[in-house]
Amino acid sequence: MEALGLLLHGFAVLLTWKTLVLMMVGLVLGIFVGVLPGLGGPNGVAILLPLTFTMDPTSAIVMLSCIYWGALFGGAITSILFNIPGEAWSVATTFDGYPMAQQGRAAEALTAAFTSSFVGSLVAVLLITFLAPMISSFALRFGPPEFFAVYLLTFCSFVGLGREAKHKTVISMALGLLLAGIGMDTVSGNLRMTFGSSELLRGINFLVAVIGLFGISEILLTMEERLALRGHAASISLRVVLGVWKDLPKYWVTLLRSSFIGCWLGITPGGAIAASFMGYNLAKRFAKEPESFGKGRIEGVFAPETAAHASGTSALLPMLALGIPGSGTAAILLGGLMVWGLNPGPLLFVEHKDFVWGLIASMYLGNIVGLVLVLTTVPIFASILRVPFAAVAPMIVVSCAIGAYAIQNAMFDIWLMLGFGIVGYVFKKIGIPLAPFTLALVLGNRAEDAFRLSMIGSGGNLKVFWSNGLVGSITTLAIVLLFWPVIDGVLARVRSPHPHGVKPTM
Amino acid sequence: MSQTDLEIVVDDPTAPEDDSRSVVSSGAIEIVVCLLLLALAVTLGYDNWRTGASWDATGPEPGYFPFYLSVILGGGSLYGLVVALIAHRKASETFVTRAQARRVMAVFVPTLLFCAVTQFLGLYVASFLLIAGFMRLVGKIALWKSLLTAFLFTAIMFVTFDIAFDVIMPKGPLEAAFGH
Repeated sequence: MEALGLLLHGFAVLLTWKTLVLMMVGLVLGIFVGVLPGLGGPNGVAILLPLTFTMDPTSAIVMLSCIYWGALFGGAITSILFNIPGEAWSVATTFDGYPMAQQGRAAEALTAAFTSSFVGSLVAVLLITFLAPMISSFALRFGPPEFFAVYLLTFCSFVGLGREAKHKTVISMALGLLLAGIGMDTVSGNLRMTFGSSELLRGINFLVAVIGLFGISEILLTMEERLALRGHAASISLRVVLGVWKDLPKYWVTLLRSSFIGCWLGITPGGAIAASFMGYNLAKRFAKEPESFGKGRIEGVFAPETAAHASGTSALLPMLALGIPGSGTAAILLGGLMVWGLNPGPLLFVEHKDFVWGLIASMYLGNIVGLVLVLTTVPIFASILRVPFAAVAPMIVVSCAIGAYAIQNAMFDIWLMLGFGIVGYVFKKIGIPLAPFTLALVLGNRAEDAFRLSMIGSGGNLKVFWSNGLVGSITTLAIVLLFWPVIDGVLARVRSPHPHGVKPTM
Repeated sequence: MSQTDLEIVVDDPTAPEDDSRSVVSSGAIEIVVCLLLLALAVTLGYDNWRTGASWDATGPEPGYFPFYLSVILGGGSLYGLVVALIAHRKASETFVTRAQARRVMAVFVPTLLFCAVTQFLGLYVASFLLIAGFMRLVGKIALWKSLLTAFLFTAIMFVTFDIAFDVIMPKGPLEAAFGH
């Protein structure tokens, strides 16, 4: 019940004209970012971050998180109307969303997508409201070994549970952790990996890296493709909205299942992409007529959108409670918190109650306002796609440069952004994942500090990571997850022994 | 009621041809990337070892953690190199075709020039030149539309960042002439 009282306090913090206007601006910018090709949630938030530097932290995070909600909503517009997934997690939405649009049911598909996005986010926000304070108060008992074990768990789960080739995830993560260490060592004050360059003294700011990796590389990749569009223009009437909402209780199992999957994969670093596909596949598997999926079935829109949004939203839970982001965008928001001098993690709930509960309240309000906004403005946002890419691309490049420069007022960062743009382009094309790189770049210094403090405390004995039940369980779980593909393979063999030593033919 | 007529159609006259020849294979790029990462791991590993990668009286030395990360990066790159070399013997996917490379360069080269020009003429003048030039030369959009769009976008950015939000961008001689 204490959480409810604090949430009401959060609404009181939030309900000022200034914050509400910033919320609207954030949502509009976010939908814009979600609809435009070559932009997406993470780079949209990273590019627009400098706008918030002069604001107070609560207003700033409200605006940034609303850009995030807006981008999540906007992705569905292009998926359904043009069969172009704005984000990877929108791919599953195209399976049934686009056929619905082709059958003249675009408005119904869009309403279903926006509504299920709202439901997924709402379930995740409820989870954050009640679970985050509990986790953070539990995490107050953490010392450096426990924190390092949690960081290790995050890194290991990316390697063990990721879909990419394991060595590529390891390369991406090790590179991110190494680059995070460039500059002045926070403990000893020594310079590391600067090679005499005064520019590298500041270290590599992860926001600059993110803008290059996601923004510039995405422009290069988008430009590579054929940019012709052919799609539907749709407007949504109240009758269609009410019709979809009236039928909503019929799909409560799908919505609940997808929300659960989404929340689970958001808190663990499974991500929205895995959540949307898993949500879609399970909806198909449990359907009475699975063969009708892919031909314009509304559940095929409900399931992936609910899961993706529950995942995207719940990724903020570990960020707020433990200081560990569950997704790339959460990592950028975490970087924003650090820019404003806030220390994400359990102490945030104790030292900055106004900020935390204002943010949680903004998640509720931002989603409600976002839902109304997208339902009423679809034709406007869909028509943005008429703007030629030759006009959009240089504007995105300029926005990226402004974002990169504004973080530290350094011209060198614009060059660095360009360098990371090339790295991002090449890495994406050869399948080296960028999410572990971003996460490692954000968490690198914190992980190293926790490791060093643990080792100093134990006199260099690695047994410190098994010194009590809590840290021992987390470390063991981390190692299990790291070797999960091997363990899973062994378990699969044990479960299905081949009789008489004969292997089944494929 | 939904109005679902086919309404939004955007053509791409400069789209890359489907039958364009491959410039380089993904396998070859993977080998080059692994070699570069290996070289980076060795360089950073050496620097960290030089800084101090062992223990002293106060605990781990500054290079301890990054040194072992360099070892992991080197190991991962070496493994990737072996995998890429084995896979390279088989038919490899195309990394980029000639037509795609041309279009990527059409964005990359102006972006590179934009970064260089920003250093001398400031960000806003460079932005104006990039947007107008790109729209006109790459997009073949009418000159007046290109100039107007570039001017409006640059002006909005200037008002938003420099005036409304106090985020000061790099300036050049033009802004100096107007007292900024």
